[in-house]
Amino acid sequence: MNDFLEAFFSWEILSEAWPILLDGLGQTLLLSAIVIPLGAMGGLTLALLSTAKSRWVRWPLIAYVDVFRALPPLVLLVFVYAGLPFAGLEVSAIGAVAIGFFLNTGAYYGEIFRAGLESVPAGQAEAARALGLKRPQIMALIVLPQAVRNVLPDLVSNTLEVVKLTSIASVVAMPELLFQARQAQSVTYNATPIMAAAVAYFILLWPLVRLLSRLENKQLASRR
Amino acid sequence: MSNWDKFLDSFFNARVAAEYLPKIIDGFWLTILLAACVIATGLFAGLVLAVLRAMGIRPLNWLIIFTVDLFRALPPLVIIVLIFFGLPGLGLEFSGFAAAWIALSLVLMAFAEEIYWAGITSVPKGQWEASRSLGLPFLVTFLLVIMPQAIRLVIPPLTNRTIAITKGTALASVVAVPDILGAAQAGVSFSFNPTPLTLGAAAYLLLFLPVVILGRWVETRFAWKR
Repeated sequence: MNDFLEAFFSWEILSEAWPILLDGLGQTLLLSAIVIPLGAMGGLTLALLSTAKSRWVRWPLIAYVDVFRALPPLVLLVFVYAGLPFAGLEVSAIGAVAIGFFLNTGAYYGEIFRAGLESVPAGQAEAARALGLKRPQIMALIVLPQAVRNVLPDLVSNTLEVVKLTSIASVVAMPELLFQARQAQSVTYNATPIMAAAVAYFILLWPLVRLLSRLENKQLASRR
Repeated sequence: MSNWDKFLDSFFNARVAAEYLPKIIDGFWLTILLAACVIATGLFAGLVLAVLRAMGIRPLNWLIIFTVDLFRALPPLVIIVLIFFGLPGLGLEFSGFAAAWIALSLVLMAFAEEIYWAGITSVPKGQWEASRSLGLPFLVTFLLVIMPQAIRLVIPPLTNRTIAITKGTALASVVAVPDILGAAQAGVSFSFNPTPLTLGAAAYLLLFLPVVILGRWVETRFAWKR
């Protein structure tokens, strides 16, 4: 038991490591604040474009979404970070993360928004049109709010996944929470910093998981 | 050399591709093996948790809910790193493959339990009561009465979640597993040319694009009737 505490919950190590862990937590939050709006905006744009009637617009969009959902995010990130310099484009770690995340999470958000838009009955848009609303008004005021409500659990779930996913930025030396914890662990030969990072992730994300469980149950109850 | 030639020479270099293709193919099989292991253990463990939860023992259920929440909240890479770099401190050494297998299985277990559970609770209580009045034991009721009704509801989200978590096998490259990404990265650093990464990306597309399209099909096939 003592060995276990010493290896994972050493106060001595934690008191030394917490400033850089806190730094990392800040970076994780900052990174999330950048990539979530970026991905959501990209996804919404994809979904709105895919409401086009022409299949010459819709099919390339479906292909785009499927390709970037098929590539593991870490593969995209490594490709952007390690590959682009060979094409003469030097990208910083945060630039690579922004691009990689935009491609991946944009595709996921796009698929969710698209499902949401499709879930709104056509009668809603027709009724709005009969009342004399213009196309952008119909989308922004009538269809989109209902679409978002219908897929809210999926949107929350994806957002949770994106925050968790920021941990892969550690692979390209972004000094976020996991990276800092790994640094501290390799200096001290003790797993306490990683344990502390895990606890921080859990405290940060547990409320979101609970909220998600509740939303999912509510959605299920309404469908029964 | 024009810019275009330079680009081709970097990302589609035939000589480098020929040299590293066998390594990528080895990685391809390793990725499939890891994915298969994760899917088998993760889905099974999730089902076991769901069965236990259906028995309705209060303290046990709290423990299950906490475990599920825990592995839904923790990033998979953090769990992998914790197992691979943390547990040796207790004298428990795991290979990178084992660490990734355990970590991703725990994550899939958590998500799968949640989905099975949603399916189970969607089946009306009367079904449990009717089976009980017919004298069916718990496990028989669960497997032959409840599950067949729940499964239709469960398949689309379970398919999508399994695909998403299986893509996490690429994380194993961080703990030195020579899977597709691991082999590709090693290739890049040896050849100082990004062609192995192009091959790697192509290998992932070959593996996951059909699965993603299958997921799309499953979603429409088992869609909600409104």
